[in-house]
Amino acid sequence: MRVTDTWYLVVGALLFSVGAAGVLLRRNVLVILMCIELMLNAANLSFVTFARRLDDVTGQVAVFFVLVVAAAEVAVGLAIVVAIFRQRRRGATADDVSLLRG
Amino acid sequence: MVELVLFVLAAAVTLGGALGVIIARNPVHAALHLVAVLVAVAVFFVMQQAPLLAAVQVIVYASAVVVLFLFVIMLLGIDRRESLTEPLRHQRPLAIAVAVALTIEVAVLAGHTWTTGARTQQGTLSGGAVEVLAENVFTRYLWPFEVLAVLLVVAVVGGVTLARHSGEPAGADDLGEGRAAPEPGEVPGP
Amino acid sequence: MNARDVLDLAWLIPVLPLAGAALLFCFGRRLGEPAAGWVATGALAGAFALSVACLVALVGLEGPERSHLVRGHDWIGIGGFRSGVGFLVDPLSITWALLVTGVGSLIHLYAVGYMHGDARYGRFFATFNLFAAAMLVLVLADNFLLAFVGWEGVGLCSYLLIGHWSERPRAATAGVKAFVTNRVGDAGFLVAMFLIFGALGSLDYAVMREGAAQLPAETATAVALALFLACMGKSAQILLHLWLPDAMEGPTPVSALIHAATMVTAGVYLVCRAHPFFDRHAAAGDVVALVGALTALLAGTAALVQVDVKRVLAYSTISQLGYMFLAAGVGAYAAAVFFVVVHALYKAALFLGAGTVIHATGDTQDLRLMGGLRRYLPLTAAGFVASWLALVGVPPLSGFWAKDEVLAKALFAGEPLVFGIGLAAVFTTGLYLTREALLVFFGNERFRRPAGVPAPAHDPTVSPTVDYGTPPGPPPLDGDPHEPGPVMTLPVLVLGVGAVVGGLLNLPFRRLEVLTHWLEPAFEGVEEITAPSFAAAAAVSVVSVTVAALALALAWRLYRRGLPEVSVDPLDVRLGPLGRCFGHAWYYDEAVTAFVGGPARRAAERLDRAVDAGGIDRAVGAVAAGVVRAGAAMRALQSGFLRRYALGVLAGTVALLGYAILRAGAG
Repeated sequence: MRVTDTWYLVVGALLFSVGAAGVLLRRNVLVILMCIELMLNAANLSFVTFARRLDDVTGQVAVFFVLVVAAAEVAVGLAIVVAIFRQRRRGATADDVSLLRG
Repeated sequence: MVELVLFVLAAAVTLGGALGVIIARNPVHAALHLVAVLVAVAVFFVMQQAPLLAAVQVIVYASAVVVLFLFVIMLLGIDRRESLTEPLRHQRPLAIAVAVALTIEVAVLAGHTWTTGARTQQGTLSGGAVEVLAENVFTRYLWPFEVLAVLLVVAVVGGVTLARHSGEPAGADDLGEGRAAPEPGEVPGP
Repeated sequence: MNARDVLDLAWLIPVLPLAGAALLFCFGRRLGEPAAGWVATGALAGAFALSVACLVALVGLEGPERSHLVRGHDWIGIGGFRSGVGFLVDPLSITWALLVTGVGSLIHLYAVGYMHGDARYGRFFATFNLFAAAMLVLVLADNFLLAFVGWEGVGLCSYLLIGHWSERPRAATAGVKAFVTNRVGDAGFLVAMFLIFGALGSLDYAVMREGAAQLPAETATAVALALFLACMGKSAQILLHLWLPDAMEGPTPVSALIHAATMVTAGVYLVCRAHPFFDRHAAAGDVVALVGALTALLAGTAALVQVDVKRVLAYSTISQLGYMFLAAGVGAYAAAVFFVVVHALYKAALFLGAGTVIHATGDTQDLRLMGGLRRYLPLTAAGFVASWLALVGVPPLSGFWAKDEVLAKALFAGEPLVFGIGLAAVFTTGLYLTREALLVFFGNERFRRPAGVPAPAHDPTVSPTVDYGTPPGPPPLDGDPHEPGPVMTLPVLVLGVGAVVGGLLNLPFRRLEVLTHWLEPAFEGVEEITAPSFAAAAAVSVVSVTVAALALALAWRLYRRGLPEVSVDPLDVRLGPLGRCFGHAWYYDEAVTAFVGGPARRAAERLDRAVDAGGIDRAVGAVAAGVVRAGAAMRALQSGFLRRYALGVLAGTVALLGYAILRAGAG
């Protein structure tokens, strides 16, 4: 049995879905950020898979950039989390910050 | 055969770790599960002729990012089990349904061998040679690369500013009040 | 510099006063008095000089060549329709331009003195200049659309100037009335333009000249009548005349400018310019001639017993405009233009003279409180008397030749009815203007306040206009009236001289019909109306002069001594109930007011309830309520919960991917 590209893609799909489900289900902001990392990794995995299938280095370049952006996103995201927790010690789940409700 | 075994192992760690991230009630456990996922993905990268990316993945993600997560968890002192009750109605079944649908769809799409558009012709993988990647990043993608550098600087400055100037825990709450925990004196929404 | 180069500068004629207006609107207040007035006068005088240059250049060209198009920019281009900003310089337009700039400059000059001390001096002259500029655009335009711009500009400026003393409620209302009444006519102009575009596909005069002759008679008549509706509004012909007497609420120079040089003659110009439509079918011309004749007579009767010095002149203008349309209606366009020119001269002189009189008697406009002023205002009196005799038609002054020509053309064109009405109007003309001249400058002095009677309090919000039927107020002056400075007397005298000699422009003898020959290129294709014999023409003159002389004699008999009893007007007494009818201008204004304020208003209110409130408002309200309900429903989506939003994003992703799979599967 040979491992084909499709397998990697399916793993990526599953990883993405699990991450997405986590974003929707978890209330802890930190865990939500982690789940976003899961989704980004799923995308990276797909990029790398396609880079190999098409024998094209551009896919890997994209992954390289995604990694950088993800790092920046974590930095800012965590800073926001810190800011939120500083303000409200009591409850700081994603549901407690809802100023934008209509 | 080696590839198959490796793949199955890595896939099992990836998916198990991912489930662990979203199931663990303690954020610290979630972060540790995340490390497992990231390392397993790095294994996939190696299998897919992307050794440099695998290295970056381990260095940047599995170490720096996760350490940052853990640091924040410790800083804020929220390394305790949190309640898993769901205040939003229908959120849980809907989320699971959407996730399942998404999985099926992506899997279906992955099963087809159709791709759109032409190849970029920026160079072959050459068995995962770092030179090719480096050459692309520093020639054709130099401009995005520089922009990313700026982005990183901005993110760092922004992070510092946000974390430092977020003010004292004042009585007035300028971040809004959740419906889940209404406070007296809340300004009614428009 | 050859002739065409000079003519290429014609665009500067309207632009100069326009620039003056722009300058004064910005810096009029800072320039102050009298600099603002001199700037305005200078701008228009410059335009006059240019007009003269253009006239000389045109004269230098051969007869048929006397038409020059100054092309400007394309203004509107939609599909096949193009309309540009271009100026047509031909004998007709340059005649009007000379009139507007020449008479207009003199009126500006006069206003420099007249408006002395006015709180809005700068704004007045800015609007004054704009008025002249709009009129020049109207007459120099090379297409109907640009002419309409000038047409509307004239209407706007008339509104602003009539309501210049806006602290007087009467003036403000009069401005609105002029604007609204003109708007009725403007609808006619618009309809005419739609019809012309529909029939010819262009609004250029050049296309009209070529194409109008090929149009079916019905179309041409419809265009002509729609255009005439516009002219009725702008030139105050009966039915739409009611704004003009009220326009007297403006400062007197404004009245002069409206009546003599700009605005009201625009209608005559339009008929002359669009004559191909009127020539096409006799019916349109008949309507024009008949409306003109009736206007001449009815307005003449209305002027007979008015007690306001300006109001007599206002009805006189309406009456005189009637003559112009009478001439244009029978096809005697050159006669109409001749009449416009001489009328501009003597009517401007009359108005400016009246302004001087009003000034000298301390803002009194009541004829019954004047008398014998020739001793105190000799120069003004000279100009006024010359213009009076000219207007009445005393040979050989200008009015005689113009009126005679109009009446003769009407008779020889085979319109005895129109001729008869016109002749009757001659009688009223002789009567009302002689009455005014005698009451103002001759007879007993009625303006002196006896010792011990207190001076009436001056209220800036009360208009000095005197309605027919109001009893005379106390005499206004306790000293002698004084002649104003040369700034105000000079224009009156110059215009008075013009009123005397203006007839030389067009003496009805073969080689001396200068104006008629000059205008021939503009009216090519129009059949000339010729008298069957010299004796017939002379007979017409004799008859009209006799009628005028009778009127003069009657007025002289009645008013020679002024008014022995201030509140008793002999003519009014003799006319009895008819006099009241004349004094109220046949009660037309009252009837319109009653109709609009009564049944029309009720009908409108009913329509408002049924259609506006019941239909449109309810529909709009229902739509708004639906939006509110939909918004309230949608509001639930904006829960503010991050994870809800994320759910939406993912659901959208799922939907899009599902669509992609379905498409791929189908393909």
